[in-house]
Amino acid sequence: MAYSEKVLEHFQHPRNVGTLDKSKNNVGTGLVGAPECGDVMKLQIKVQNDTIVDAKFKTFGCGSAIASSSLATEWLKGKTIEEAQKIKNTDIVQELNLPPVKIHCSVLAEDAIKAALADYQKKSDTEPVDTK
Amino acid sequence: MKRVYLDNNATTPCDPRVVEAMLPYFTEKFGNAASRSHPYGWEAEEAVDYAREQIATLIHADPKEIIFTSGATESDNLALKGVFDMYRKKGNHIITATTEHKAVLDTCKHLAEQGAEITYLKVNDKGLIDLAELEAAIKPTTILVSIMWANNETGVIQPVKEIGEICAKKGILFMSDATQAVGKIDVNPREMGIHLMAFTAHKMYGPKGVGALYVSRKNPRVKVTAQMDGGGHERGMRSGTLNVTGIVGFGKAAELARKEMDQDMARISKLRDRLETTLKNKLEEVYINGDPAHRMPHVTNMSFKHVEGEGLMMTFNQRMALSSGSACTSASLEPSYVLVALGLGDDLAHSSLRFSLGRFTTDEDIDIAIQSIEEGVNHMRSLSPIWEMYKEGVDLSQVTWSPH
Repeated sequence: MAYSEKVLEHFQHPRNVGTLDKSKNNVGTGLVGAPECGDVMKLQIKVQNDTIVDAKFKTFGCGSAIASSSLATEWLKGKTIEEAQKIKNTDIVQELNLPPVKIHCSVLAEDAIKAALADYQKKSDTEPVDTK
Repeated sequence: MKRVYLDNNATTPCDPRVVEAMLPYFTEKFGNAASRSHPYGWEAEEAVDYAREQIATLIHADPKEIIFTSGATESDNLALKGVFDMYRKKGNHIITATTEHKAVLDTCKHLAEQGAEITYLKVNDKGLIDLAELEAAIKPTTILVSIMWANNETGVIQPVKEIGEICAKKGILFMSDATQAVGKIDVNPREMGIHLMAFTAHKMYGPKGVGALYVSRKNPRVKVTAQMDGGGHERGMRSGTLNVTGIVGFGKAAELARKEMDQDMARISKLRDRLETTLKNKLEEVYINGDPAHRMPHVTNMSFKHVEGEGLMMTFNQRMALSSGSACTSASLEPSYVLVALGLGDDLAHSSLRFSLGRFTTDEDIDIAIQSIEEGVNHMRSLSPIWEMYKEGVDLSQVTWSPH
Protein backbone atom coordinates (compact mmCIF):
# COMPACT_ATOMS: atom_id res chain seq x y z
CA MET A 1 0.00 0.00 0.00
CA ALA A 2 1.39 3.34 -0.94
CA TYR A 3 1.08 6.25 1.45
CA SER A 4 -0.21 9.66 0.46
CA GLU A 5 2.38 12.38 0.13
CA LYS A 6 0.93 14.22 3.09
CA VAL A 7 1.21 11.17 5.33
CA LEU A 8 4.81 10.68 4.21
CA GLU A 9 5.60 14.35 4.79
CA HIS A 10 4.25 14.29 8.37
CA PHE A 11 5.91 10.94 9.01
CA GLN A 12 9.29 12.18 7.84
CA HIS A 13 8.97 15.56 9.56
CA PRO A 14 6.63 15.07 12.48
CA ARG A 15 5.55 18.36 14.05
CA ASN A 16 5.51 18.99 17.79
CA VAL A 17 6.95 15.72 19.05
CA GLY A 18 7.51 15.83 22.77
CA THR A 19 6.08 15.99 26.22
CA LEU A 20 4.59 18.83 28.30
CA ASP A 21 4.61 18.81 32.09
CA LYS A 22 1.38 17.01 32.84
CA SER A 23 1.40 18.18 36.47
CA LYS A 24 0.80 21.79 35.36
CA ASN A 25 -2.78 23.03 35.73
CA ASN A 26 -2.89 24.50 32.25
CA VAL A 27 -1.73 21.32 30.53
CA GLY A 28 -4.31 18.79 29.37
CA THR A 29 -3.16 15.25 28.53
CA GLY A 30 -4.98 12.64 26.47
CA LEU A 31 -3.70 9.07 26.28
CA VAL A 32 -5.79 6.85 23.99
CA GLY A 33 -5.48 3.49 22.28
CA ALA A 34 -3.83 0.32 23.52
CA PRO A 35 -0.51 -1.42 22.81
CA GLU A 36 -2.30 -4.65 21.88
CA CYS A 37 -4.27 -2.76 19.22
CA GLY A 38 -1.06 -1.51 17.67
CA ASP A 39 -1.59 2.18 18.36
CA VAL A 40 -1.32 4.48 21.34
CA MET A 41 -1.46 8.27 21.12
CA LYS A 42 -0.48 10.75 23.78
CA LEU A 43 -1.56 14.28 22.95
CA GLN A 44 -1.01 17.29 25.20
CA ILE A 45 -2.19 20.88 25.05
CA LYS A 46 -1.03 23.95 26.94
CA VAL A 47 -3.71 26.60 27.39
CA GLN A 48 -3.46 30.29 28.17
CA ASN A 49 -6.52 32.58 28.28
CA ASP A 50 -8.69 29.93 26.68
CA THR A 51 -6.29 29.57 23.74
CA ILE A 52 -4.08 26.57 23.00
CA VAL A 53 -0.57 27.99 22.93
CA ASP A 54 1.31 24.72 22.59
CA ALA A 55 0.57 21.12 21.64
CA LYS A 56 2.80 18.05 21.74
CA PHE A 57 2.35 14.41 20.84
CA LYS A 58 3.96 11.01 21.01
CA THR A 59 2.50 8.10 19.10
CA PHE A 60 3.13 4.37 18.97
CA GLY A 61 1.65 3.26 15.69
CA CYS A 62 1.84 3.10 11.95
CA GLY A 63 2.70 5.99 9.66
CA SER A 64 -0.91 7.12 9.36
CA ALA A 65 -1.33 7.20 13.14
CA ILE A 66 1.82 9.30 13.49
CA ALA A 67 0.74 11.64 10.68
CA SER A 68 -2.78 12.00 12.16
CA SER A 69 -1.46 13.02 15.56
CA SER A 70 1.21 15.30 14.08
CA LEU A 71 -1.47 17.06 12.03
CA ALA A 72 -3.73 17.32 15.09
CA THR A 73 -1.07 19.18 17.09
CA GLU A 74 -0.50 21.52 14.18
CA TRP A 75 -4.21 22.32 13.96
CA LEU A 76 -4.64 22.70 17.72
CA LYS A 77 -2.05 25.42 18.15
CA GLY A 78 -3.66 28.86 18.22
CA LYS A 79 -7.20 27.52 18.48
CA THR A 80 -9.56 28.32 21.36
CA ILE A 81 -10.94 25.44 23.40
CA GLU A 82 -14.25 25.84 21.64
CA GLU A 83 -12.67 25.75 18.18
CA ALA A 84 -10.58 22.71 19.12
CA GLN A 85 -13.72 20.79 20.10
CA LYS A 86 -14.87 21.07 16.51
CA ILE A 87 -11.98 19.16 14.93
CA LYS A 88 -13.42 16.00 13.41
CA ASN A 89 -11.74 12.80 12.33
CA THR A 90 -13.19 13.29 8.86
CA ASP A 91 -11.20 16.53 8.54
CA ILE A 92 -8.04 14.53 9.21
CA VAL A 93 -9.03 11.81 6.72
CA GLN A 94 -9.57 14.43 4.08
CA GLU A 95 -6.38 16.39 4.74
CA LEU A 96 -4.17 13.26 4.78
CA ASN A 97 -6.02 11.27 2.09
CA LEU A 98 -6.30 8.30 4.42
CA PRO A 99 -7.54 5.06 2.84
CA PRO A 100 -10.52 3.28 4.50
CA VAL A 101 -8.25 0.83 6.35
CA LYS A 102 -6.56 3.78 8.10
CA ILE A 103 -9.65 5.70 9.16
CA HIS A 104 -9.30 4.33 12.70
CA CYS A 105 -6.05 6.35 12.98
CA SER A 106 -8.00 9.57 12.48
CA VAL A 107 -10.67 8.43 14.94
CA LEU A 108 -7.96 7.84 17.49
CA ALA A 109 -6.53 11.32 16.87
CA GLU A 110 -9.97 12.87 17.45
CA ASP A 111 -10.30 10.79 20.63
CA ALA A 112 -6.88 12.06 21.75
CA ILE A 113 -7.90 15.70 21.16
CA LYS A 114 -11.15 15.18 23.11
CA ALA A 115 -9.32 13.42 25.94
CA ALA A 116 -6.72 16.21 26.21
CA LEU A 117 -9.44 18.89 26.22
CA ALA A 118 -11.46 16.99 28.82
CA ASP A 119 -8.39 16.59 31.02
CA TYR A 120 -7.64 20.31 30.77
CA GLN A 121 -11.24 21.24 31.56
CA LYS A 122 -11.38 18.90 34.52
CA LYS A 123 -8.26 20.58 35.91
CA SER A 124 -9.45 24.14 35.26
CA ASP A 125 -12.87 23.39 36.80
CA THR A 126 -11.40 22.19 40.04
CA GLU A 127 -8.33 24.36 40.46
CA PRO A 128 -7.35 27.91 39.57
CA VAL A 129 -5.63 27.93 36.20
CA ASP A 130 -1.97 28.78 36.24
CA THR A 131 -1.62 31.10 33.28
CA LYS A 132 2.07 31.77 33.57
CA MET B 1 20.41 4.31 -3.78
CA LYS B 2 21.23 0.66 -3.19
CA ARG B 3 18.12 -1.33 -2.22
CA VAL B 4 18.27 -4.25 0.17
CA TYR B 5 15.93 -7.22 -0.18
CA LEU B 6 15.40 -9.25 3.00
CA ASP B 7 11.99 -10.70 2.16
CA ASN B 8 13.05 -13.96 0.54
CA ASN B 9 10.29 -15.89 2.33
CA ALA B 10 7.79 -13.87 0.31
CA THR B 11 9.55 -14.62 -2.94
CA THR B 12 13.07 -14.97 -4.29
CA PRO B 13 14.45 -13.45 -7.45
CA CYS B 14 15.02 -15.87 -10.32
CA ASP B 15 18.61 -16.98 -10.51
CA PRO B 16 19.97 -15.72 -13.88
CA ARG B 17 21.00 -19.31 -14.68
CA VAL B 18 17.36 -20.32 -14.26
CA VAL B 19 16.19 -17.61 -16.64
CA GLU B 20 18.79 -18.68 -19.18
CA ALA B 21 17.55 -22.28 -19.05
CA MET B 22 13.96 -21.12 -19.53
CA LEU B 23 14.41 -18.75 -22.47
CA PRO B 24 14.39 -21.25 -25.38
CA TYR B 25 11.08 -22.67 -24.14
CA PHE B 26 9.29 -19.38 -24.73
CA THR B 27 10.24 -19.21 -28.39
CA GLU B 28 11.77 -22.00 -30.46
CA LYS B 29 10.84 -24.87 -28.09
CA PHE B 30 7.30 -23.75 -27.37
CA GLY B 31 5.57 -27.12 -27.82
CA ASN B 32 2.84 -28.59 -25.67
CA ALA B 33 4.26 -31.46 -23.62
CA ALA B 34 1.05 -33.38 -24.25
CA SER B 35 1.44 -33.23 -28.06
CA ARG B 36 2.50 -36.80 -28.75
CA SER B 37 2.60 -36.64 -32.53
CA HIS B 38 5.40 -34.21 -33.44
CA PRO B 39 8.87 -33.06 -32.38
CA TYR B 40 7.57 -29.83 -30.79
CA GLY B 41 5.66 -31.91 -28.30
CA TRP B 42 8.47 -34.41 -27.87
CA GLU B 43 11.08 -31.83 -26.98
CA ALA B 44 8.71 -30.17 -24.54
CA GLU B 45 7.93 -33.51 -22.92
CA GLU B 46 11.62 -34.32 -22.74
CA ALA B 47 12.27 -31.00 -21.01
CA VAL B 48 9.50 -31.68 -18.49
CA ASP B 49 10.83 -35.18 -17.82
CA TYR B 50 14.30 -33.79 -17.23
CA ALA B 51 12.99 -31.12 -14.84
CA ARG B 52 10.92 -33.72 -13.01
CA GLU B 53 14.10 -35.68 -12.48
CA GLN B 54 16.04 -32.63 -11.28
CA ILE B 55 13.30 -31.88 -8.75
CA ALA B 56 12.94 -35.49 -7.65
CA THR B 57 16.70 -35.71 -7.09
CA LEU B 58 16.61 -32.64 -4.86
CA ILE B 59 14.05 -34.27 -2.54
CA HIS B 60 15.36 -37.86 -2.91
CA ALA B 61 12.15 -39.00 -4.59
CA ASP B 62 11.11 -40.89 -7.70
CA PRO B 63 10.29 -38.58 -10.65
CA LYS B 64 6.89 -40.23 -10.89
CA GLU B 65 6.12 -38.88 -7.43
CA ILE B 66 6.22 -35.26 -8.62
CA ILE B 67 2.90 -33.70 -9.70
CA PHE B 68 3.28 -30.25 -11.22
CA THR B 69 0.88 -27.52 -10.12
CA SER B 70 0.67 -23.73 -10.31
CA GLY B 71 2.29 -23.26 -6.90
CA ALA B 72 2.23 -24.28 -3.26
CA THR B 73 -1.28 -22.97 -2.62
CA GLU B 74 -2.65 -25.24 -5.33
CA SER B 75 -0.52 -28.13 -4.04
CA ASP B 76 -1.91 -27.65 -0.52
CA ASN B 77 -5.45 -27.53 -1.89
CA LEU B 78 -4.92 -30.62 -4.05
CA ALA B 79 -3.39 -32.59 -1.17
CA LEU B 80 -6.03 -31.74 1.42
CA LYS B 81 -9.12 -31.78 -0.78
CA GLY B 82 -7.80 -34.66 -2.86
CA VAL B 83 -7.14 -36.84 0.18
CA PHE B 84 -10.45 -35.93 1.77
CA ASP B 85 -12.35 -36.83 -1.40
CA MET B 86 -10.37 -40.04 -1.94
CA TYR B 87 -10.42 -41.36 1.61
CA ARG B 88 -13.58 -39.96 3.17
CA LYS B 89 -15.16 -43.42 3.37
CA LYS B 90 -12.36 -44.26 5.82
CA GLY B 91 -12.95 -41.20 7.95
CA ASN B 92 -13.43 -37.46 7.97
CA HIS B 93 -10.97 -36.28 10.60
CA ILE B 94 -7.95 -34.12 9.71
CA ILE B 95 -5.35 -32.82 12.18
CA THR B 96 -3.41 -29.64 11.51
CA ALA B 97 -1.89 -26.80 13.55
CA THR B 98 -2.82 -23.19 14.28
CA THR B 99 0.40 -21.82 12.75
CA GLU B 100 -0.06 -23.37 9.31
CA HIS B 101 -0.14 -21.21 6.20
CA LYS B 102 -3.53 -19.83 5.14
CA ALA B 103 -3.45 -22.15 2.11
CA VAL B 104 -3.80 -25.04 4.57
CA LEU B 105 -6.00 -23.36 7.19
CA ASP B 106 -8.51 -21.93 4.74
CA THR B 107 -8.67 -25.21 2.83
CA CYS B 108 -9.38 -27.00 6.11
CA LYS B 109 -12.11 -24.46 6.84
CA HIS B 110 -13.60 -25.22 3.45
CA LEU B 111 -13.44 -28.97 4.11
CA ALA B 112 -15.15 -28.47 7.48
CA GLU B 113 -18.10 -27.05 5.55
CA GLN B 114 -18.05 -30.25 3.46
CA GLY B 115 -18.31 -32.44 6.53
CA ALA B 116 -14.70 -32.79 7.64
CA GLU B 117 -13.81 -32.61 11.30
CA ILE B 118 -10.66 -30.55 11.84
CA THR B 119 -8.44 -30.52 14.93
CA TYR B 120 -6.10 -27.54 15.23
CA LEU B 121 -3.08 -28.35 17.40
CA LYS B 122 -1.70 -25.48 19.46
CA VAL B 123 2.00 -24.66 19.48
CA ASN B 124 4.19 -23.85 22.47
CA ASP B 125 5.98 -20.52 23.02
CA LYS B 126 8.75 -21.70 20.70
CA GLY B 127 6.29 -22.41 17.90
CA LEU B 128 6.50 -26.22 18.10
CA ILE B 129 3.59 -28.65 18.27
CA ASP B 130 3.40 -31.14 21.13
CA LEU B 131 3.84 -34.72 19.86
CA ALA B 132 1.88 -36.20 22.76
CA GLU B 133 -0.99 -33.87 21.93
CA LEU B 134 -0.84 -34.98 18.31
CA GLU B 135 -0.95 -38.63 19.29
CA ALA B 136 -3.83 -38.01 21.66
CA ALA B 137 -5.79 -36.19 18.95
CA ILE B 138 -5.71 -39.18 16.60
CA LYS B 139 -8.92 -41.21 16.49
CA PRO B 140 -10.30 -44.02 14.33
CA THR B 141 -11.74 -41.51 11.86
CA THR B 142 -8.45 -39.64 11.36
CA ILE B 143 -7.30 -39.83 7.75
CA LEU B 144 -4.66 -37.11 7.52
CA VAL B 145 -2.19 -35.08 9.53
CA SER B 146 -1.07 -31.83 7.88
CA ILE B 147 1.88 -30.13 9.55
CA MET B 148 4.24 -27.79 7.75
CA TRP B 149 7.98 -28.44 7.56
CA ALA B 150 9.09 -24.86 8.31
CA ASN B 151 7.01 -21.84 9.19
CA ASN B 152 6.99 -18.90 6.79
CA GLU B 153 6.92 -16.22 9.50
CA THR B 154 9.28 -17.59 12.13
CA GLY B 155 11.27 -20.22 10.23
CA VAL B 156 10.52 -22.72 13.03
CA ILE B 157 11.02 -26.32 11.90
CA GLN B 158 8.48 -28.84 13.19
CA PRO B 159 9.59 -32.31 14.32
CA VAL B 160 8.54 -33.87 11.01
CA LYS B 161 10.42 -37.14 11.55
CA GLU B 162 8.64 -37.79 14.85
CA ILE B 163 5.30 -36.76 13.35
CA GLY B 164 5.96 -39.19 10.47
CA GLU B 165 6.65 -42.00 12.93
CA ILE B 166 3.41 -41.37 14.79
CA CYS B 167 1.45 -41.32 11.53
CA ALA B 168 3.12 -44.52 10.34
CA LYS B 169 2.33 -46.25 13.64
CA LYS B 170 -1.32 -45.24 13.38
CA GLY B 171 -1.59 -45.87 9.63
CA ILE B 172 -2.53 -42.25 8.82
CA LEU B 173 -1.41 -40.16 5.88
CA PHE B 174 1.02 -37.33 6.61
CA MET B 175 1.04 -34.23 4.46
CA SER B 176 3.56 -31.43 4.87
CA ASP B 177 3.75 -27.97 3.36
CA ALA B 178 7.51 -27.70 2.78
CA THR B 179 7.39 -24.47 0.77
CA GLN B 180 9.91 -22.69 2.97
CA ALA B 181 12.23 -25.68 3.41
CA VAL B 182 12.77 -27.23 -0.04
CA GLY B 183 15.90 -25.90 -1.71
CA LYS B 184 17.16 -24.36 1.52
CA ILE B 185 17.79 -27.39 3.72
CA ASP B 186 17.94 -31.08 2.91
CA VAL B 187 14.37 -32.33 2.53
CA ASN B 188 13.67 -36.04 2.21
CA PRO B 189 9.95 -36.82 2.50
CA ARG B 190 10.34 -40.60 2.32
CA GLU B 191 12.84 -40.62 5.18
CA MET B 192 10.48 -38.46 7.25
CA GLY B 193 7.43 -40.60 6.57
CA ILE B 194 5.74 -37.82 4.58
CA HIS B 195 3.24 -39.02 1.98
CA LEU B 196 2.28 -35.71 0.40
CA MET B 197 4.42 -32.60 0.27
CA ALA B 198 3.76 -29.18 -1.23
CA PHE B 199 6.47 -26.84 -2.49
CA THR B 200 7.05 -24.15 -5.08
CA ALA B 201 9.69 -22.78 -7.45
CA HIS B 202 9.58 -19.10 -6.57
CA LYS B 203 10.84 -19.58 -3.01
CA MET B 204 13.99 -21.26 -4.35
CA TYR B 205 15.15 -18.87 -7.11
CA GLY B 206 12.81 -20.30 -9.72
CA PRO B 207 9.90 -18.55 -11.46
CA LYS B 208 6.47 -17.79 -9.99
CA GLY B 209 3.45 -19.78 -11.14
CA VAL B 210 4.87 -23.29 -10.89
CA GLY B 211 4.88 -25.64 -7.92
CA ALA B 212 4.72 -29.31 -7.14
CA LEU B 213 3.03 -31.86 -4.98
CA TYR B 214 5.05 -34.89 -3.96
CA VAL B 215 2.74 -37.90 -3.80
CA SER B 216 4.21 -41.12 -2.41
CA ARG B 217 3.99 -43.97 -4.94
CA LYS B 218 4.94 -46.93 -2.82
CA ASN B 219 4.56 -47.98 0.82
CA PRO B 220 1.94 -46.63 0.72
CA ARG B 221 0.75 -45.78 -2.75
CA VAL B 222 -1.22 -42.60 -2.23
CA LYS B 223 -3.86 -41.25 -4.56
CA VAL B 224 -5.61 -37.93 -4.52
CA THR B 225 -8.83 -37.04 -6.30
CA ALA B 226 -8.20 -34.45 -9.01
CA GLN B 227 -9.66 -31.04 -8.25
CA MET B 228 -9.80 -29.92 -11.86
CA ASP B 229 -11.33 -31.85 -14.71
CA GLY B 230 -9.63 -31.91 -18.07
CA GLY B 231 -7.09 -33.80 -20.08
CA GLY B 232 -5.95 -36.10 -17.28
CA HIS B 233 -2.40 -34.78 -17.13
CA GLU B 234 -0.05 -35.63 -14.27
CA ARG B 235 -1.27 -39.20 -13.86
CA GLY B 236 -4.83 -37.98 -13.70
CA MET B 237 -4.25 -35.93 -10.58
CA ARG B 238 -3.88 -32.49 -12.13
CA SER B 239 -5.28 -31.62 -15.52
CA GLY B 240 -4.11 -28.63 -17.49
CA THR B 241 -1.42 -27.98 -20.09
CA LEU B 242 1.93 -28.07 -18.36
CA ASN B 243 3.72 -24.79 -17.82
CA VAL B 244 6.77 -26.10 -19.67
CA THR B 245 8.83 -22.93 -19.38
CA GLY B 246 8.12 -22.62 -15.68
CA ILE B 247 8.81 -26.30 -15.10
CA VAL B 248 12.18 -26.05 -16.89
CA GLY B 249 13.05 -23.13 -14.60
CA PHE B 250 11.86 -25.04 -11.54
CA GLY B 251 14.07 -27.97 -12.55
CA LYS B 252 17.12 -25.78 -13.03
CA ALA B 253 16.45 -24.06 -9.69
CA ALA B 254 16.27 -27.49 -8.02
CA GLU B 255 19.57 -28.57 -9.58
CA LEU B 256 21.29 -25.36 -8.43
CA ALA B 257 19.82 -25.71 -4.94
CA ARG B 258 21.05 -29.28 -4.66
CA LYS B 259 24.58 -28.29 -5.68
CA GLU B 260 24.84 -25.01 -3.77
CA MET B 261 22.53 -25.32 -0.79
CA ASP B 262 25.17 -26.33 1.75
CA GLN B 263 27.62 -23.56 0.98
CA ASP B 264 24.83 -20.99 0.50
CA MET B 265 23.25 -21.79 3.83
CA ALA B 266 26.56 -21.84 5.73
CA ARG B 267 27.18 -18.29 4.52
CA ILE B 268 23.60 -17.07 4.96
CA SER B 269 23.21 -18.40 8.49
CA LYS B 270 26.37 -16.52 9.51
CA LEU B 271 24.88 -13.32 8.10
CA ARG B 272 21.59 -14.00 9.90
CA ASP B 273 23.40 -14.61 13.18
CA ARG B 274 25.42 -11.42 12.79
CA LEU B 275 22.26 -9.41 12.11
CA GLU B 276 20.57 -10.89 15.14
CA THR B 277 23.43 -10.55 17.64
CA THR B 278 24.42 -7.07 16.54
CA LEU B 279 20.86 -5.76 16.88
CA LYS B 280 20.45 -7.44 20.26
CA ASN B 281 23.67 -5.80 21.43
CA LYS B 282 22.88 -2.36 20.07
CA LEU B 283 19.24 -2.10 21.15
CA GLU B 284 17.34 -2.78 24.35
CA GLU B 285 14.19 -4.89 24.58
CA VAL B 286 14.71 -6.99 21.47
CA TYR B 287 13.13 -10.44 21.37
CA ILE B 288 13.65 -13.37 19.00
CA ASN B 289 10.39 -15.10 18.10
CA GLY B 290 10.42 -18.86 17.57
CA ASP B 291 12.77 -21.60 18.69
CA PRO B 292 16.38 -20.65 17.80
CA ALA B 293 17.33 -24.33 18.09
CA HIS B 294 14.80 -25.50 15.50
CA ARG B 295 14.80 -22.82 12.89
CA MET B 296 15.59 -22.25 9.22
CA PRO B 297 19.11 -20.84 8.84
CA HIS B 298 18.04 -17.82 6.77
CA VAL B 299 15.17 -16.44 8.87
CA THR B 300 14.89 -14.34 11.98
CA ASN B 301 11.71 -12.90 13.40
CA MET B 302 12.40 -10.18 15.97
CA SER B 303 10.23 -7.92 18.09
CA PHE B 304 11.41 -4.44 18.99
CA LYS B 305 9.32 -3.64 22.02
CA HIS B 306 7.25 -0.44 22.16
CA VAL B 307 7.74 0.24 18.46
CA GLU B 308 5.00 -0.53 15.95
CA GLY B 309 6.23 -2.67 13.05
CA GLU B 310 4.67 -0.86 10.12
CA GLY B 311 5.73 2.54 11.41
CA LEU B 312 9.23 1.17 11.87
CA MET B 313 9.28 -0.18 8.32
CA MET B 314 8.27 3.23 7.01
CA THR B 315 11.55 4.65 8.29
CA PHE B 316 13.47 2.53 5.79
CA ASN B 317 11.06 1.05 3.27
CA GLN B 318 12.44 3.10 0.41
CA ARG B 319 15.71 1.23 0.67
CA MET B 320 14.98 -2.04 2.44
CA ALA B 321 12.27 -4.70 1.98
CA LEU B 322 11.08 -6.95 4.76
CA SER B 323 7.82 -8.04 6.43
CA SER B 324 6.07 -7.25 9.67
CA GLY B 325 3.60 -9.17 11.82
CA SER B 326 1.98 -5.85 12.60
CA ALA B 327 -1.74 -5.60 11.98
CA CYS B 328 -1.29 -2.43 10.01
CA THR B 329 0.34 -4.32 7.17
CA SER B 330 -2.82 -6.35 6.70
CA ALA B 331 -6.37 -5.31 5.93
CA SER B 332 -7.71 -7.20 8.94
CA LEU B 333 -6.11 -5.02 11.64
CA GLU B 334 -5.26 -8.23 13.48
CA PRO B 335 -1.60 -8.89 14.20
CA SER B 336 0.07 -12.06 12.91
CA TYR B 337 -1.91 -15.12 14.01
CA VAL B 338 1.31 -17.13 13.93
CA LEU B 339 3.01 -14.90 16.50
CA VAL B 340 -0.13 -14.69 18.61
CA ALA B 341 -0.25 -18.53 18.58
CA LEU B 342 3.23 -18.49 20.13
CA GLY B 343 1.67 -16.63 23.06
CA LEU B 344 3.59 -13.52 22.21
CA GLY B 345 0.98 -10.97 23.26
CA ASP B 346 -0.53 -8.68 20.68
CA ASP B 347 1.82 -5.82 21.61
CA LEU B 348 4.96 -7.81 20.74
CA ALA B 349 3.29 -9.20 17.62
CA HIS B 350 2.65 -5.62 16.47
CA SER B 351 6.33 -4.88 17.06
CA SER B 352 7.72 -7.72 14.97
CA LEU B 353 9.80 -7.77 11.82
CA ARG B 354 10.67 -10.80 9.74
CA PHE B 355 14.04 -10.85 8.02
CA SER B 356 14.46 -13.59 5.43
CA LEU B 357 17.88 -13.70 3.78
CA GLY B 358 18.77 -15.40 0.55
CA ARG B 359 21.35 -16.47 -1.99
CA PHE B 360 21.92 -12.91 -3.12
CA THR B 361 22.17 -11.31 0.33
CA THR B 362 25.58 -9.72 0.86
CA ASP B 363 27.64 -8.59 3.84
CA GLU B 364 26.94 -5.02 2.82
CA ASP B 365 23.19 -5.68 2.85
CA ILE B 366 23.45 -6.79 6.46
CA ASP B 367 25.49 -3.69 7.35
CA ILE B 368 22.78 -1.52 5.84
CA ALA B 369 20.05 -3.52 7.59
CA ILE B 370 21.72 -3.18 10.98
CA GLN B 371 22.18 0.56 10.56
CA SER B 372 18.63 1.10 9.23
CA ILE B 373 17.02 -0.91 12.01
CA GLU B 374 19.08 0.71 14.73
CA GLU B 375 18.26 4.22 13.51
CA GLY B 376 14.63 3.35 12.84
CA VAL B 377 14.03 1.77 16.24
CA ASN B 378 15.71 4.65 18.07
CA HIS B 379 13.71 7.19 16.07
CA MET B 380 10.40 5.41 16.59
CA ARG B 381 11.10 4.99 20.28
CA SER B 382 11.71 8.73 20.55
CA LEU B 383 8.15 9.11 19.21
CA SER B 384 6.63 6.32 21.30
CA PRO B 385 4.59 7.24 24.38
CA ILE B 386 4.79 3.69 25.69
CA TRP B 387 8.59 3.64 25.37
CA GLU B 388 8.60 6.90 27.37
CA MET B 389 6.37 5.35 30.03
CA TYR B 390 8.50 2.22 30.11
CA LYS B 391 11.60 4.39 30.63
CA GLU B 392 9.83 6.30 33.42
CA GLY B 393 9.27 2.98 35.14
CA VAL B 394 5.50 2.83 34.55
CA ASP B 395 4.14 -0.71 34.74
CA LEU B 396 2.36 -0.84 31.39
CA SER B 397 0.27 -3.81 32.43
CA GLN B 398 -1.33 -1.63 35.13
CA VAL B 399 -2.29 1.20 32.78
CA THR B 400 -5.97 1.46 31.86
CA TRP B 401 -5.90 1.46 28.07
CA SER B 402 -8.78 2.23 25.77
CA PRO B 403 -8.82 -0.59 23.20
CA HIS B 404 -10.66 0.37 20.08
